[in-house]
Amino acid sequence: MIKFQNLTKVYPPKCVALDNVSFCIKPNEFVCVVGRSGAGKTTLLKMLIAVEKPSSGRIIFGGKDVSSISSKDLPLLRREIGVVFQDYKLLQNKTVAENVAYVMEIMGKGEDEIRRSVPSILGIVGLEDKANNFPVQLSGGEQQRVAIARAIAHRPKVILADEPTGNLDPYNTKEIVRLLKKIHELGTTVILATHDKEVVNCLDERVVTLEEGKVIRDEEKGRFII
Amino acid sequence: MLTSFKRIIIFGWKNFKRNPGSSSAAVFILVIVISMITGLYLLQRPVEYLVDTIEEKVDVSLYFKEDSTESEMLTLTEEVEKMPEVEDVTYVSKDDALSVFKERHEQDHLLMESLEELGINPFLASLSIKAINPEKYKDIIEFVEASEYNSLVEKVDYYKKEPILERLFSINDKVNRFGIGFSVILGIVAFLVAFNQIQISLKNAKEEISTMRLVGASNWFIKGPFIVQGVAIGTAAALISLFLFFGGLSIFNSQIEASIPGLDMLGFFSDHFLLILLIQLATGIGVGVSASLIAIRKYLKA
Repeated sequence: MIKFQNLTKVYPPKCVALDNVSFCIKPNEFVCVVGRSGAGKTTLLKMLIAVEKPSSGRIIFGGKDVSSISSKDLPLLRREIGVVFQDYKLLQNKTVAENVAYVMEIMGKGEDEIRRSVPSILGIVGLEDKANNFPVQLSGGEQQRVAIARAIAHRPKVILADEPTGNLDPYNTKEIVRLLKKIHELGTTVILATHDKEVVNCLDERVVTLEEGKVIRDEEKGRFII
Repeated sequence: MLTSFKRIIIFGWKNFKRNPGSSSAAVFILVIVISMITGLYLLQRPVEYLVDTIEEKVDVSLYFKEDSTESEMLTLTEEVEKMPEVEDVTYVSKDDALSVFKERHEQDHLLMESLEELGINPFLASLSIKAINPEKYKDIIEFVEASEYNSLVEKVDYYKKEPILERLFSINDKVNRFGIGFSVILGIVAFLVAFNQIQISLKNAKEEISTMRLVGASNWFIKGPFIVQGVAIGTAAALISLFLFFGGLSIFNSQIEASIPGLDMLGFFSDHFLLILLIQLATGIGVGVSASLIAIRKYLKA
């Protein structure tokens, strides 16, 4: 489903963020990408949604080369991937329900479908009663749950979660991990970039370990070892 | 397509409503800009009115020699009347000139007695000429001077009025040129001020635009609501300005009329209501939308 082929990213003048990275992700897999800060986890995810372009190598997603995607096709690619960011990136002028509905709206889904889907998605993340609140009125954990709700609202094939628990306390961290597992069980591919040992070890899923931009370990049912 | 269009309008309207601080600041700046432009448009009216009034009072008189016969004088009158530059010609005979003088000065006994003592009619028959355009007096006088009838003419008072007329043309020309120049400068200043204000309002939108792009919104889905927001800001500013001008003129129209008799600014405003509304809406929406578009363009490129 996703192929990283000899991927290298060098930021001028000579900062190597990724160095000849190659691995594949199968449909409905749960993959943890782990490593220290600066190991290249975020760069890897940014390349998958074409925020960054590789210096060399290719990323194939759904048979298409993401690294050479045109600006016209870029929104279409991003609609196939749900992204959860460490800093949530919610639209501050929109309510919780409007944030969740946003991607469905830009995809042109019908009003009826949106009206039916949004409450049930908010139900999954336990925020039915916060539908009309604005992000600024929510706690960090709640905002991250809204971000997850937004990422899954349009049923993308893949969810990318970039340090989703980085700003959260242990209770909210567990809650977010539980949600990601639930989304995976429902049939979505999940790629989780994290440096949280506890999270990785409790998941018991595939672990790809990056160090200084290189893949140093790739294990099924792996552990966090650096 | 229609659903997307509807959603873009709703998003833009909500942005406008949910940011009362920045929306009001942008509306306030645009009200000032629109008011300046409307004021400039309305200022034309008193200037035009004053120039017209002065122009109406200007005419040129041509005095006939004592020995000119009535028929010769009437022939010249007819010739002048035929000229396309001439609006009106009035022939004043010697007797008419005398009666007009007597009527005007009947209270001045000394003057009347002196006239009696003189025993003759000292006035010359004349032609009072009114041109369609004051700039044409020179052509009319040149026509008469070049014609066979020039021998009938004793004097022309055009040369006495020429400096005044030229001064009037020069003032009119300067007012027009100043108006155009001032409008251009004002337009640029207005755009820069409004652009700056809208850009400040959109600074907070930088993060939002980046998020919208990351979740797959197309450029039009991002730009659209900002255009709608610009339209809402421009329309609100135009309507407020319209209300302010209508209210202001309703209150002060009698004072304006008292200062410049015959100048009805409220009447002018009402007669040109649609044009003024159009100027205000075009200014408000034009500046609002273009400033929004230019400001978000760089965020979309980033």
